[in-house]
Amino acid sequence: MSVSVLFLLALGLGLAGWIAGRARAWAFRKVAPDGRLTSLPNYHAWYVALWIAVPVALFAIIWSVTAPSLILQSVLSTPEASQLPAFGFQRDNILREAQAVASGAAPAVFNEAAKPLIEPFRDAMAQYNLMGFAAALVIAFLAGAFAYLRLKPDFGARTRVERAVMFALLLASLVAILTTLGIVASLVFETVRFFGMVNPIDFLFGTQWNPDPMSSADNPDPARYGAIPLFWGTIFIGAIIAMIVAIPLGLMSAIYLSQYADPRLRKWVKPALEILAGVPTVVYGYFAALTVAPMIRDFAQSIGIASASSESALAAGIVMGVMIIPFVSSMADDSIAAVPSAMRDGSLAMGATRSETIRRVLIPAALPGIVAGIMLAISRAIGETMIVVMAASTAANLSANPFDSMTTVTVQIVAMLTGEASTEHHTTLSAFALGFVLFLVTLSLNFIALRVVRRFREAYE
Amino acid sequence: MTRVHDNLEPAEAKMAANHVSVFYGDKVAIDDVSIEIPNEYVTAFIGPSGCGKSTFLRSLNRMNDTIPSARVEGEITLDGDDIYKSGMDVVQLRARVGMVFQKPNPFPKSIYENIAYGPKIHGLATGKAELDEIVEQSLRRAGLWEEVKDRLEDSGTALSGGQQQRLCIARAIAVDPEVILMDEPCSALDPIATAKIEELIDDLSGRYAIVIVTHSMQQAARVSQRTAFFHLGKIVEYGRTSDIFTTPLEQRTQDYITGRYG
Amino acid sequence: MSNLTPPTRTPAFEARLRKRYASERRFKLLGLGAIVFSVGVLAILLFNMASNGIGGFQRTELAVPIDLAQSGISTDPAVLAQPGAIQSLEAQGLPETVAMSAVQALGPKGAEELNPSAWREVAEALVDDPSLATRSETFWLPATRGLAAAHGGGGSPELQAVARELAASGKIERNFDGGFLTRSDATDPQAVGIWGALKGSMLTMIVTLLLAFPIGVMAALYLEEYAPRNRWTDAIELSINNLAAVPSIIFGLLGLAVFLFLFPSLRSAPVIGGMTLALMTMPVIVISGRNAIKAVPPSIRDGALAIGASPIQVVFHHVLPLALPGILTGTIIGMARALGETAPLLMIGMRAFVATPPDGFTSPATVLPMQIFLWSDEIDRGFVERTSAAIIVLLLFLLAMNGLAIYLRNKFEKTW
Repeated sequence: MSVSVLFLLALGLGLAGWIAGRARAWAFRKVAPDGRLTSLPNYHAWYVALWIAVPVALFAIIWSVTAPSLILQSVLSTPEASQLPAFGFQRDNILREAQAVASGAAPAVFNEAAKPLIEPFRDAMAQYNLMGFAAALVIAFLAGAFAYLRLKPDFGARTRVERAVMFALLLASLVAILTTLGIVASLVFETVRFFGMVNPIDFLFGTQWNPDPMSSADNPDPARYGAIPLFWGTIFIGAIIAMIVAIPLGLMSAIYLSQYADPRLRKWVKPALEILAGVPTVVYGYFAALTVAPMIRDFAQSIGIASASSESALAAGIVMGVMIIPFVSSMADDSIAAVPSAMRDGSLAMGATRSETIRRVLIPAALPGIVAGIMLAISRAIGETMIVVMAASTAANLSANPFDSMTTVTVQIVAMLTGEASTEHHTTLSAFALGFVLFLVTLSLNFIALRVVRRFREAYE
Repeated sequence: MTRVHDNLEPAEAKMAANHVSVFYGDKVAIDDVSIEIPNEYVTAFIGPSGCGKSTFLRSLNRMNDTIPSARVEGEITLDGDDIYKSGMDVVQLRARVGMVFQKPNPFPKSIYENIAYGPKIHGLATGKAELDEIVEQSLRRAGLWEEVKDRLEDSGTALSGGQQQRLCIARAIAVDPEVILMDEPCSALDPIATAKIEELIDDLSGRYAIVIVTHSMQQAARVSQRTAFFHLGKIVEYGRTSDIFTTPLEQRTQDYITGRYG
Repeated sequence: MSNLTPPTRTPAFEARLRKRYASERRFKLLGLGAIVFSVGVLAILLFNMASNGIGGFQRTELAVPIDLAQSGISTDPAVLAQPGAIQSLEAQGLPETVAMSAVQALGPKGAEELNPSAWREVAEALVDDPSLATRSETFWLPATRGLAAAHGGGGSPELQAVARELAASGKIERNFDGGFLTRSDATDPQAVGIWGALKGSMLTMIVTLLLAFPIGVMAALYLEEYAPRNRWTDAIELSINNLAAVPSIIFGLLGLAVFLFLFPSLRSAPVIGGMTLALMTMPVIVISGRNAIKAVPPSIRDGALAIGASPIQVVFHHVLPLALPGILTGTIIGMARALGETAPLLMIGMRAFVATPPDGFTSPATVLPMQIFLWSDEIDRGFVERTSAAIIVLLLFLLAMNGLAIYLRNKFEKTW
């Protein structure tokens, strides 16, 4: 029995409890002295329903995690399991296949050795499904009876239901903290394992990146794990080339739209920029790889740079810059709009032209906000994956020539994790170490930027 | 129609409005106003809130252009030239007709840069020394020099409200305008700061044509030589300040200055 | 005083003014240029995709007249209505019949020029319309990828010659391929479709919505309406603001390290993809939800509290309904972002070759952007067009979602 059945059971029994609780509350209403309850019947109904549905749902979650291993244990204890190879990959495969057939997920086994295990699996599943079902019913009955018996005319069902709702709201908001902790924990855990094999100094300051997924899993060569070329490639593409494109274009677009453009033009161009922001990165990546990169290579070769790569940093950086334009533009727009109009009027009243007002008053006044916006843009650019995966290279070059091929942190994370290496291999772990560095850098950029923005806003409020 | 006191001494008209109406979209804010702004005098515009006195003031240096829905009809002249005619340069106009706003609005730059801004953009100084001279002169004339001479590099926004407003006046006179428009310059200030600004206006009159919008009749009486009383988008009465306050011709003026409404 | 010309009326001032106006014009032009460039890039991108993508909605087909009445295949309508009809037709030799017809129609190599999947289309047509079996009918059937490439001007010289010959007699054509929307991934660009990826995207989005929307709205309500000002609340707010800016690939690493560790058998399943994307979407919903809730004026809360409603009732009866359009707008925008997201799914293995549409939340699936990524790696010209066509489909979906969000925003936007 799958978890979803248990969840449906929780819902169904909860509904039954809801009806029962409501009926009981209505009955109270008839016998109560003035026909009034402390809480409305619906709250009594919800009280019972929650007492049934929540414990059953919790049980379903626990059961879904524990049941598979219990089933596996009982299958392994059968005589048929003694035929299995002792350890390793093959054994797991056979078991998985037998289980898939037994549960109906696969039509037939591929591996003959799995065949005898199908029946034991089927038996064990049936047995544990029955057990789970029975346990859920018992829990529902006990919890429901407890709640049902507590109902009285003067029972404060509403406060209790509301307390439960409040608790649910609190839990929901804790998901954000849990996610953050989950990210930090998973990154730190794997990174520590990686640094157990490769010295962090070698990793952070080495200049050769050439991991070998085929090498022995225990003894990585630290000399192959120098991440400097990746950091440089990331900065060169995301923070230099992309920003050279995005900052002037985004800033000037924002200025033109907010200070000069006719409202009718603004009405059309703003959504167009929003569309530009909404185009998925995989589409930009495809555009970069298919259209921009060959164009840039041909251009470079025509001006005599024969070594120009078709996976040049320039192509990925330019397209990434285009992707960032709407982001910079909207941040700049917000920052300029936050400057009080009295500043603008003051400058215009002095006889300044509009461009003088913008350049000498508005932009300096909005500068903190614009700088914060650029920091957020950089943070987004260096974390961007698909454009560089599709248009940049996997070869780690330490070069300042924009026509050279270069790789980035995100490209290497993808390369390390979509390769053939096992989850324990140091190439896999290195991806987590790279991810950790990326996480820390983007986090600090965001943190500083948000503080700057906040202080900037406060200054004008 | 505007009742003009007939005992006005002759004065050179720096600016003049002839049958000026200002619209915001379909709404009439100023309705057929005619008035002369004499040179080297302080002219006060008084009247209840929403009577259009600030709107009219803003049309004198075309700051209304920054409001897309605003439209001006009629003729406003500066030294006889219509400022709304097509050849009129709005940048030059605003350099000649300076403005001080209700709320002090120093730029978020240093005190020095605030004053130097106008001369710099208009190219009025040929070198650093000349610019320093203009800054010092302007601050002196605005009576702020002694207070800030040692901290010219501090931000203009770090000054007190009254100092900020005097900084804005200094900023306006740094480009040597011919007319200075002041839109309730003291409404955001305490009495002591207000007294200093009024003293400053007094010092400046005689050099420039000054127009001050105020809702304080005492202030109008203290600083101006001429007063125009605005009501519902029209000038009800115009004359010497002393006459307006002692022998108003119109009942509405009388009611307003005696505090029946406002 | 008046006899001295003010500095603002000198010829020097006016000369300088002309220069200032020139610089004003340059500056304005620069701004216009930036807009034109940005919008131009968008136009080029869309034009590029559209011009390539039109070919992606087509395929190269060969005209093959097949006389099913003579083939001896039993075509009892009752049998054809049964689920196994296609296998039964295969067993009865439909593929051979089709091959022979191809030889007759196209020459000795006709059978090799026809796509291996061609007979299946005949079988499907037969199931749809059993009356076909009683007459001779000309079918337009897919050509092989090689011949398709040759017809498009690529491929080997021999095949190009064949294609020219067939084209001269009107037996080869590029036709609209409606099946592109109903088939799934394949190794042959002539036979691929995006239905599998589309269905995978939908399943994934359902999971994302079911998780992110309730959690996001509840968290927004808590933070905006109930949360006490303390260190915990600050930590929650900090987490949400930072999560909204964490690169998407990091969420993929989280999914890999946590979800796939807990449920190793669900690799590349929509439920795992949906959970990962939900974590990414949730902060977006919380932030937009909080803004929508903040926009509900306090007077409404005061009014409800004053007639004795409990804080929970105030929020669920009054604040939430009023804030809902704003929350929905934010949710749609967050979902649109999740729909276009590729990198985190790459991390959790949703990059498998999936030739059959997923039939549930736990079966292996791929999603639309991932399909685009996978096809973009193929060098065949046919795949280039198919990729662009898939991009068009994805962009249309995103456009529809964003359009809905803008519509909601305009329809329900209130200023209190």
